[in-house]
Amino acid sequence: MPGNFLTTRLDAVLAWGRKFSLFHYPYVTACCGMEYMSAACAHFDIDRFGAGWTRFSPRQSDLLLVVGTIAQKLAPVLKTVYDQMTEPKWVIAFGACTVSGGIYDNYAVVQGVDRIIPVDIYIPGCPPRPEMVLDGLLKLQEKIKTQGQDWRWKKKTS
Amino acid sequence: MTSRLQARARPESLLLNMGPSHPAMHGTIRIMLELDGERILNSEVEVGYLHRGFEKTCENRTWFNLLIYTDRLNYVSPLINNLGYVMTVEKLLGLEVPERAQWIRVLMSELSRVSDHLTCLAAMAMECGAFTVFLYKMKAREFLWDVIEQTTGARMTTSYIRVGGVRADLHPDFEAGVRRGVAETRRVLKDVRGLLDKNKIFLGRTRDIAVMTPENAVAYGWTGPCLRSTGIAYDVRRAQPYLTYDRLDFEIPVGERGDNFDRYLVRMREMEQSLRIIEQCLKPLARTAKAPTGLEPAEAIRAARARRPEQPVRLSPNLEGSEKAVYPEIMAGDKRYVVPPKEDAYTTIEGLIAHFKQFMKGHGLRPPKGEAYFSVEGGNGELGFYIVSDGSDRPYRLHLRAPCFHVVAALEELIRGRYVADVIPTFGSMNMIGGELDR
Amino acid sequence: MEKEDILTVLRTAFPADVLETSAPFGDPVALVRPASLLEIMTFLKAGPRGFTMLLDLTCVDYPDRPERFEMVYHVFALEGCRRLRLKASLPAADPSIASLSGLWKNADWLEREVYDMFGVRFEGHPNLQRLFMYDGFEGHPLRKDYPLRRRQPRLPMRPES
Repeated sequence: MPGNFLTTRLDAVLAWGRKFSLFHYPYVTACCGMEYMSAACAHFDIDRFGAGWTRFSPRQSDLLLVVGTIAQKLAPVLKTVYDQMTEPKWVIAFGACTVSGGIYDNYAVVQGVDRIIPVDIYIPGCPPRPEMVLDGLLKLQEKIKTQGQDWRWKKKTS
Repeated sequence: MTSRLQARARPESLLLNMGPSHPAMHGTIRIMLELDGERILNSEVEVGYLHRGFEKTCENRTWFNLLIYTDRLNYVSPLINNLGYVMTVEKLLGLEVPERAQWIRVLMSELSRVSDHLTCLAAMAMECGAFTVFLYKMKAREFLWDVIEQTTGARMTTSYIRVGGVRADLHPDFEAGVRRGVAETRRVLKDVRGLLDKNKIFLGRTRDIAVMTPENAVAYGWTGPCLRSTGIAYDVRRAQPYLTYDRLDFEIPVGERGDNFDRYLVRMREMEQSLRIIEQCLKPLARTAKAPTGLEPAEAIRAARARRPEQPVRLSPNLEGSEKAVYPEIMAGDKRYVVPPKEDAYTTIEGLIAHFKQFMKGHGLRPPKGEAYFSVEGGNGELGFYIVSDGSDRPYRLHLRAPCFHVVAALEELIRGRYVADVIPTFGSMNMIGGELDR
Repeated sequence: MEKEDILTVLRTAFPADVLETSAPFGDPVALVRPASLLEIMTFLKAGPRGFTMLLDLTCVDYPDRPERFEMVYHVFALEGCRRLRLKASLPAADPSIASLSGLWKNADWLEREVYDMFGVRFEGHPNLQRLFMYDGFEGHPLRKDYPLRRRQPRLPMRPES
């Protein structure tokens, strides 16, 4: 069934709802966690973008914020947490270590979180300034806005 | 894979896993609990989830380059880690640091220490449910980080304290920034003490919980605020003064009972003492600012081809503070170990060669063969670096004596017999920092 | 001087076991025979002026030497702020030394770390398992012959570009 006026309007409404009420799961491990705390608190407030609510359960969150270095030992845990999240879900790789392993190119660190899970937005920096975090969040909101629904279930299978 | 706890657990008890991804596990620790209802019979703490190969990486980086890795150890007080590493190398080299650089180092260390304690207690209070305290303390931390950023260029991972001194002089407006930061922090501390000190819920969760006796603390190798909360007044700044700490007037707060509340209170009082130290540092560091003048670097290089230019060179904004006029006050003058001032590198051949040799592979900073151990007072206790040098441009072995490693080693014993809910404030009061614990 | 005293005391008490003493940069250092480590440590810890705290315990790998692994112990006495560094050299084949977990409680985790990173075994250790690396990790990372960038992933991963 091709997209028509009603489905695109519905898409827009759903996207609006989703992007302004992102419940994030802060998978915090290392130094970037300090900048995450700064971004979440009063000076740089992510709550004004609707993403203020931290849900510490993967089932209740839709944004996995991978903050800080992921060690090889921790990789299966990250995969489990990602798998437990329900659709629709997005992933932000926060910090150089999650983007590409950062300054740690050795036996113990995963060279970028995208080797394990798909990533939507990459925020570079070591650690990224809170303004960069907010910029990344806004970019994610843009992405959600342009993401349509998969209406194929409405198609007749013939 | 069966853990030791699982293998030994009684069949009727409940096994509960906390972490490694858990809001109150500070990111990266896993505590497995054997429960009888809500009471903990046994526990096993598993670390290593943030092991980033720091020690091995340092064997493969030059002495100058590995400074960035030290920032990321105890990432809430990065300047103190820089300081610990740099002072150990200076011990190996026998290098004397100029006085102004020493005062700047003390100021930066204390700013870092206050932000460490602010973060630790903010997280501890938030995990107990006091979210307001978290927001207030983060607000205060921002003012301190603004001061640090003004001078060093970065809020957190600064790599500012270098071998021989510091990277740049303080920003001309630093005094106003510091006074504002100190005033805000004092206000926040007063508010937080009003919120938590006599708060029945907070006291109920922390008073007489996880009591540590002084003998046991020493047996575990505890140092820092956690040791001082048990009553033993050991502080590296007092016991073996380094930099200018012997000229400063500050007290060492000591607790009585060694419980969670004492660990909280010792940190609060230590912050007040650190703010006192910061104010005392302002006087020796006061100086009137001078506007930078002179030739642009490109012009100066062109002019230097003919003859040495008499006019000073105006450096680009990211090199502010490291002008030649102030360089002798912030960096030691030993050409073998210290990068020469930029103006020399731009305009004289000797300066250029000296600069080049510092960064050429196989050259540069090369301490003589030997080993040294030096410790500074980190946010968590005695932060020691044991460095073995073989005379080459990279360390042969660099080992970090992480203070929170020993503190967390006692966690299993401290939570035995307590309730599940007691794990949170106990663990929070220990200030485990993953970067330092797991290296 | 305090520092010379402790080295003299050690040499007098254990003439056959203290192989070498020195004080580089002012830190007293004693090289001891590994077999007598536990005895020496018990002696150092005992008494009112004993070294009550084990500050640190680590190992250094010298692959060119016949005694490849050098264990380094830092002990500390709160009273008087006295420090002492003890070293013991272990052979490359099956390095093992007595565990200090009976004397100091933090030796437990410190020795686990050394076992994990270097492969040195500690006799009498209650739970000698890896501390930082995961079960199933092969090799001992801090040894000089372990390559820095060797990858041992726990999960199938997308290949590096």
